[in-house]
Amino acid sequence: MNQPDVNDNEPPRVALFVTCLADMFRPQIGFAAAKLLEQAGCRVEVPLQSCCGQPAYNGGDSMAAAAVARNVIATFEPYQFIVAPSGSCAGMIRMHYARLLQDEETWAKRAAALAAKTHELFSFLVNVRGVTAVTAECRSGVAYHDSCSSLREMGVKDEPRRLLSSVDGLRLCELKEPQTCCGFGGFFSVKYPDVSARMADDKITDAIGTGAEMLVGADLGCLMHLSGRMARCGDKLAVRHAAEVMAGFGSEPAIGEDTT
Amino acid sequence: MSEVHRFSQAARAALSDTRLQGALTHLKEGFQVKRAHALAGLADVEGLREAARSIRSHALSHLDELLLQFEAKVQANGGHVHWARDAAEARDIITRILSERGARAVTKGKSMVTEEIELNAHLERHGIAPVETDLGEYIIQLRKERPSHIVAPAFHLHRSQVEQNFRETHGHLDANRPLDSRPALVAEARSVMRTHFEASDAGITGANFLVAETGTAIIVTNEGNGDLTRLLPKAHIVVTGIEKVVPSLADVSILLRLLTRSATGQDITSYVSLMSGPKRERDADGPEAFHVVLVDNGRSALLNGPAREILQCIRCGACLNHCPVYGVIGGHAYGAVYPGPLGAALDPGLDGIAKTYDLPSASSFCGRCDSVCPVKIPLTRIMRYWRNEAYAHGLPSGWFNFGLSWWGVFARKPRLYRLAAKVAAHVLRLAAGRSGRLSSFPMLRGWFAVRDLPKPARKSFQSQWRRTR
Repeated sequence: MNQPDVNDNEPPRVALFVTCLADMFRPQIGFAAAKLLEQAGCRVEVPLQSCCGQPAYNGGDSMAAAAVARNVIATFEPYQFIVAPSGSCAGMIRMHYARLLQDEETWAKRAAALAAKTHELFSFLVNVRGVTAVTAECRSGVAYHDSCSSLREMGVKDEPRRLLSSVDGLRLCELKEPQTCCGFGGFFSVKYPDVSARMADDKITDAIGTGAEMLVGADLGCLMHLSGRMARCGDKLAVRHAAEVMAGFGSEPAIGEDTT
Repeated sequence: MSEVHRFSQAARAALSDTRLQGALTHLKEGFQVKRAHALAGLADVEGLREAARSIRSHALSHLDELLLQFEAKVQANGGHVHWARDAAEARDIITRILSERGARAVTKGKSMVTEEIELNAHLERHGIAPVETDLGEYIIQLRKERPSHIVAPAFHLHRSQVEQNFRETHGHLDANRPLDSRPALVAEARSVMRTHFEASDAGITGANFLVAETGTAIIVTNEGNGDLTRLLPKAHIVVTGIEKVVPSLADVSILLRLLTRSATGQDITSYVSLMSGPKRERDADGPEAFHVVLVDNGRSALLNGPAREILQCIRCGACLNHCPVYGVIGGHAYGAVYPGPLGAALDPGLDGIAKTYDLPSASSFCGRCDSVCPVKIPLTRIMRYWRNEAYAHGLPSGWFNFGLSWWGVFARKPRLYRLAAKVAAHVLRLAAGRSGRLSSFPMLRGWFAVRDLPKPARKSFQSQWRRTR
């Protein structure tokens, strides 16, 4: 089993778990996360990766999910920290791998060890690296959408708000019901589109009601779902990952607006 | 047509039912806010939840002993205990008790287990007329519906619908009477109910808890109908699930503190009725005969499996009240006795996965149910277990499972996965053309039915990273 050599004088070696969605649809989230991590004094590496296994795990195929989990563990365990710009994928590794592999003693131990050093990006920046402010500018009203996995599974609530508030010129707008699900839910959004869309509409109404010009969040799944629904309904609220704004990429084309 | 389609269709119908949508807007004020206020008055909610979980979990670990102890106590108090393996046995036991007494008119308190065993229809087939005496249950009985909520059965209805039902059913009353207010409806129900109570040969109630050390069944109610149901007729039959038993009254005092606050936001309900047997010589009132029917109906099979913790449930309904899916479609769309997260975790155990596999998948796994459950049932974990069972049985459909298993093959091999993702991105980019997003595509119909998809990036993050670093 590979365990990292930790030297206090060296910058921590952080593996970025970029997430399969950001890898394919929104690379700037990965670059924003890397920039924020480097600003926080980390050495960022990106090992070859696919997905955390959630589609199989939540779709009922535990065997496939366990196979993906073993793969992720073997790839990422040499690093000192594993950080994902997603509450959902970090939550999968942190809260579910050990249970998924509970019948395989060695793997369960390795899963638990990986879980202990896996973090959601904003929580890592604030709670592990002690970051209190970012250096970016954004002259907009910005509403932050809590993904359920970030909020309830990972307990991340104040961290992204604190970092966003430190962005120069940014006006943070609070939703009326930040604790309510937006209706994405992975397969749920595809299996029950009508229910999912209705939940999105309620969230979008809430977000627009804040007077914000931009909606940001910590999970690209929610954000693709919300921006896609807004595009379909003609609502105009720019949607970005919160890391993009914190890294100073807030004026680049929003999700669904990038025509390149 | 598959069950998934039925759920989807029912959900879609619910979304466009304006009256139902109107009722659902009260879920937040009526339940969420009241619960939050009530719990805010408690010193250590998390400590209490853990204590409650531990009591229920311990009871399940000693279910056999506790039930036997309960039975012995009830018998010692002069009552009778009956064991029903399934719904049919429970129905037969109840009709036998009623026939032996020559009972024709039966009053009923609110009971989800009697819904589960479909008791009313069975009694009617045997010439026995059951009358629901809980106002919500009475209304849905008139409408020949199922409860849409386990605590507030007629939650989905508008006052005007109830008025119409009352005018149709209570034909003996003045046709010109005013009935356009809640108090008027309640008063009318009360007066009609009074005649049913007076004529009742037997009362049937459920139980919120069974206490092993005293042989006591407990119900918590607000309308007073529960006490009239159990006390006025000559016989009282308690029908409940085997999992409801706890060791002692001290345990109940802890569970009660969370049950009423979680359910209706009350510190305590108007009535908490403790029923330990038939009327004794010096008692002022009470039934001559006291029966308890303990219903298994699939519960003991859950006891030693991964869904075991759903048996901890104390039926407060908080998971329904906080579920974003229940919140937009209501209870009937689930098409099962127990709706919402509770139902998604329990119904496959009671009715089999083949009939219910759509329920555990009808959740966005937002985890709010887990966070509000007073006895800390891991509802999403149990739903995930049922999804595994469904997948193992080839449900919901060949195509879904086929796609998922191929995804699994790719996801195990990052290089292969990246190649597949590259091809997919290329195809999607071609389809998007010059736009930043796609609004239709021959695959992923569920996604494109209601929303657009952003165009994938020209190069993936990983390939850009490797090129620049």
